[in-house]
Amino acid sequence: MGAICALGRNTGEFREALEAGRSGIAPIEQVDCSQFRFRNGAEVRGYTHAPHFEDRRADFLDRFAQFAVIAAREAAADAGVQWTPALRETTAIVTGSCLGGQNAQDAGFWEVYKKGGPRVHPLTIPRTMANAGASHISMEMGVTGPAFTVSTACASAGHAIGQAFWMVRSGAVEMAIAGGSEAPFSFGLLKAWEAMRVVSPETCRPFSRHRRGMILGEGAAMLVLEPLEAARARGARIHGELVGFGMSADASHLTQPSPDGAARAIRAALRDAGMAPEQVGYINAHGTGTAANDPTETAAIRAVFGAHADRLAVSSTKSMHGHALGAAAALEAVATAMALRDGVLPPTANFTEPDPECDLDVVPNCARRAEVEWALSNSFAFGGLNAVLALRRYS
Amino acid sequence: MSDELTQRFLNVIATVKRLPRETVTLDSSFEDLGIDSMDAVEILWALENEFDISIPDEQAKGVQSMRDMAEGVAQLVAAKAAGAASGE
Repeated sequence: MGAICALGRNTGEFREALEAGRSGIAPIEQVDCSQFRFRNGAEVRGYTHAPHFEDRRADFLDRFAQFAVIAAREAAADAGVQWTPALRETTAIVTGSCLGGQNAQDAGFWEVYKKGGPRVHPLTIPRTMANAGASHISMEMGVTGPAFTVSTACASAGHAIGQAFWMVRSGAVEMAIAGGSEAPFSFGLLKAWEAMRVVSPETCRPFSRHRRGMILGEGAAMLVLEPLEAARARGARIHGELVGFGMSADASHLTQPSPDGAARAIRAALRDAGMAPEQVGYINAHGTGTAANDPTETAAIRAVFGAHADRLAVSSTKSMHGHALGAAAALEAVATAMALRDGVLPPTANFTEPDPECDLDVVPNCARRAEVEWALSNSFAFGGLNAVLALRRYS
Repeated sequence: MSDELTQRFLNVIATVKRLPRETVTLDSSFEDLGIDSMDAVEILWALENEFDISIPDEQAKGVQSMRDMAEGVAQLVAAKAAGAASGE
C-alpha cells in the first residue's frame, strides 16, 4: 500500500496520524482564500516535486499525477513486486480521479481568460487528462497490461479499486495497482465548491450535531492487489484481504444522496463478499460532514444492519485527511486495511456533540483498540453513484 | 540573424529542456538535445512567447534542424518588425 495526503507522505505517517486522531486540516496555502467563504483545507503542506521527480520529468505531471506516482511507488516497493516481462503484461493499473489535472487547466485558462494571453501551455492537455496518473505509473513501471481511469466524482477510487479487484479475482490479470489521486486546490475549482455551499467555514465534523460541511483534501493512495495464494507463495507482506465490492446508482437526485441507493451498494458488497451483516465490525464511512450525507448514511446503515448497527463502529477519517474526492476511497481503503491489521479503529475527529439523526457509534475523537475481522469502506458520489468495498483482516 | 536573437533563441531551448545553456548550440541536433515531439510543441510555444510571434503549423512542420528553427524565427520577427514599420 502507498499513500500521500495531508496526514503524511507515506503510509507510516498516515497511520500514526490516524491513530493519534490528528487532523490535517489547516488554512489553505496553495490559493489565496481571503475572499472565500471558507479558508481551510487538508493539503499536503509544503509539497514540492523535488524529492520525487527531476525538474524536466515534473514538467509533464500535474500535482495530482505526481501524487499518483508517489503512492504507486510506495505500494509497489512495500509489496515487494519483482517485475518480469510476463508480470508487466498481466498487471492492470486502475486509477480514480474526479477532476484530473485542475492546476494545469486552471493555470492555462487563467493565462487566456484573465491575463488575455494569446496561448495556453502545450502540456495543458496531457497534464490535465484524468488518466495521467495511470499513464505515468504504467510508463514508470513498464506495466503494459490493461490501464485505465474511472471517474465517478467522490467514489472514483472505490470504483477503480473494485474494478481492479474483480479483474484480479476473475483471473483477467495476475496483479493490479489500483487507487486514486486528486489535487483540487485551484482557484477556479475552489470558487466552484464555494458556490455549492457544502464546504465548512471552519473544520470537518462528521456526524456531529453542529457539523458545517466538508473540507476539501488532496493526495493519493494505491494498493497492490493479487490473489491471496500468489501473495503467500512469494512471501509478500500482506496487509489485508479485499473480499467484496458493491455498487449502485441512486437514480434520483444529482446531489441529494439517497439512503436506498447507499443501502443497495452496501448489500451488494456484502453479497459479493459472502458476508453476513452481523459479521461487520467496522465501517469507514463516506462521512463527509455535510448536512445531507451523514443522516442519509446513518439511515442506510440502519436499513442494512438493523439492530447490529448499534454494535458496529463507524468512523469518518475525512475529519482528518479531508475529502480528497477521487482519492478519498483509496485513502479510506488503506485506512480501513490498517485498522483491521493493527487492531486500531481510527476516530471521527473534531467531534463535538451527537446528532440524533446520526446516532451511531462514531468513535469520537480517540482511536480505539479493537480486534475486528470484517469491515466496509463506503463511498457515495455526487450524481448518486455508490461504491462499497469489503475488507477482511488477514491472519 | 543577430547575435542577440540567436542567444535568446538558444536560451528558450535550454530553458524548456532544462539543459545547461552551454550545451545548446545552433549546430546541436534535435537528437543530441533529446527533443521529441512533445518537447517540440513546448519549444514552439515558448518561442512564440519569447518573440511575440505566431508560428504557423506548416512552417513548424518543415523544420529539420536548430538552424532551420532559428532562421524561421528570425524571418517571423523580421516580418513583424516590417509590419510594424509600415504601420500595419
